[in-house]
Amino acid sequence: MKILVCISKAPDTTSKIAFTDGGSKFDENGVQFIVNPYDEWYALVRALELKETIGGTVTILSVGGTDYEPIIRKALAIGADEAVRIDAAESDSLYVAKQIAAYANGKGFDIIFCGKETINFNGSIVPGMVAELLDLPFVSLANKLNVNGNTATIEREVAGGEEVIEVNTPFVVSAAKGMAEQRIPNMRGIMAARTKPLEVVPAAAAEAATSVKSYSLPPAKSGCKYIDAENAGSLIQLLHEEAKAI
Amino acid sequence: MSVLIYAENQNGKFPKSALEAVSYGAEVAAMMGTDAIAITCGSINGDGGLGNAGASNVWVANAPTSDSQLMGKLIVAAAAKANANVIIFSHDVAGKMVAPRVAARLDAGLVPGATALPGADFVVRKNVFSGKAIADVAIHTTNKVITVLPNSLGVKNTGATAAVEAFAFDAGASRITVKEVKSENKDGEIPLPEAELVVSAGRGMKGPEHWGPIEELAKILGATTACSRPVSDIGWRPHHEHVGQTGVTIRPNLYIAVGISGAIQHLAGVNGSKIIVVINKDPEAPFFKAADYGIVGDAFEVLPKIIEAAKAFKAAH
Ligand SMILES: Cc1cc2nc3c(=O)[nH]c(=O)nc-3n(C[C@H](O)[C@H](O)[C@H](O)COP(=O)(O)OP(=O)(O)OC[C@H]3O[C@@H](n4cnc5c(N)ncnc54)[C@H](O)[C@@H]3O)c2cc1C
Repeated sequence: MKILVCISKAPDTTSKIAFTDGGSKFDENGVQFIVNPYDEWYALVRALELKETIGGTVTILSVGGTDYEPIIRKALAIGADEAVRIDAAESDSLYVAKQIAAYANGKGFDIIFCGKETINFNGSIVPGMVAELLDLPFVSLANKLNVNGNTATIEREVAGGEEVIEVNTPFVVSAAKGMAEQRIPNMRGIMAARTKPLEVVPAAAAEAATSVKSYSLPPAKSGCKYIDAENAGSLIQLLHEEAKAI
Repeated sequence: MSVLIYAENQNGKFPKSALEAVSYGAEVAAMMGTDAIAITCGSINGDGGLGNAGASNVWVANAPTSDSQLMGKLIVAAAAKANANVIIFSHDVAGKMVAPRVAARLDAGLVPGATALPGADFVVRKNVFSGKAIADVAIHTTNKVITVLPNSLGVKNTGATAAVEAFAFDAGASRITVKEVKSENKDGEIPLPEAELVVSAGRGMKGPEHWGPIEELAKILGATTACSRPVSDIGWRPHHEHVGQTGVTIRPNLYIAVGISGAIQHLAGVNGSKIIVVINKDPEAPFFKAADYGIVGDAFEVLPKIIEAAKAFKAAH
């Protein structure tokens, strides 16, 4: 089985979110970058589990500059076989999807894994775009995936519940919680990752369809009104009369 | 020109998120001086209330809603017929499944999870960094796709009725076979992303056997239950209740957090809530900094008092 896992770079979940250049740029000062959790914990690990049980290769694909290399090495340390970095700024979802599709087209990947969404843009749209550009089925928000021959059985989120579906390879899937358990790379993996192939390919011609004009921070809360624990029941009155929330 | 909105039909009913998308589309159409056309699948009763949400026309098609590819084809066909260059979805399961396909097919810029109407030059506001920041995103393409974050903008009722007609569409064969559908929500419970009232609890509850008061309070208020990540990781509660940066993002009118410390990753998924109530025995719990109302105390002593007051309130209202 030939598997492609698309991974994105995201600021560590404890990062202070601030902006520079008049609110037009994310302030990377002092920010630690990680593999986007959905891409790492669920997509990558499930891909590796499939490879371990049925054989095959796992290729990492990232769209980004040289600053992506540490997180690509981390994905290799967790167990991927090889990596590809498309040398382009990740400016817009459609642009990124076009880069991924241009690379994957004709390479015979059986499954293209993505995470459900990034924790910095919260789009949940690149995987569906990749599927459309490659004319492949797309299974969104999947939390279980098993493969038998060339048929995959997938459990995914639907409105108000879950749905079990079957689809034949090749397809694109976006991975959500439940798909796998996080894996911590060991020393051997980290050493091995240093010499695994990392190919850098030039960007395909495409234009960004959207751009962020400016960032801002949500308004701060005006402060907490404390209610005495003895008198906790008065909360309900306050929620009704003052907050108008019930 | 027109604005096309996909309205997800759930067994003959339109959830609030679908009505919000229609209402958003209607406002965009009004801004552009054009019509808002809603498209849906399955059977509906009258106009399903979509006219009241702002649609002038409702097109009803037959297509397998589990197949993003065929649904994408349907929306693209409808957009061509409607001569629509703005297409709106809810940022719900269906929107996340179909909107990106439509955007890729029409070479359209897509803003996912809009929290405000587009401004001049089609700059659309959305939350980024899991709710820790806001971005204003410009769409540069002629065709534009927007998914609307549930519970962000509400529904403007117009009192009007829409003209309903069938939309002929031959979907063709699906490459996805649905084997089983499992419903997760208890009877009548609203799914978390759409819930207006949420009662949530964390590791402070000490064990799954202590969730009784959480469920009882939720039931009395008509709220949906949620939990922190460790609680779902250790299996005290189901995964779909996990809210936060790596779980469900919610923005209800009221979020009651019991025995949750308020770690940054938890806050990221809930800080869009309009009113936050924190109940924690530790006065130093970081959650109090994000709260509107706080009660410092033991959940097991505080909750019965609140439940009693909530019962009395419901009996009187
Ligand atoms: C990459 C990453 C992603 C993460 N994503 C998420 C996420 O999406 N969602 C999420 O929730 N977490 C997430 N976390 C975990 C997060 O950092 C916290 O560990 C978690 O939110 C803590 O859960 P908790 O508040 O239930 O438990 P604790 O931190 O253990 O807090 C329990 C609280 O209960 C209080 N308490 C104890 N007993 C009582 C009592 N009798 N009455 C009242 N209060 C009591 C305590 O004072 C304490 O504040 C993530 C972490 C990482 C590293």
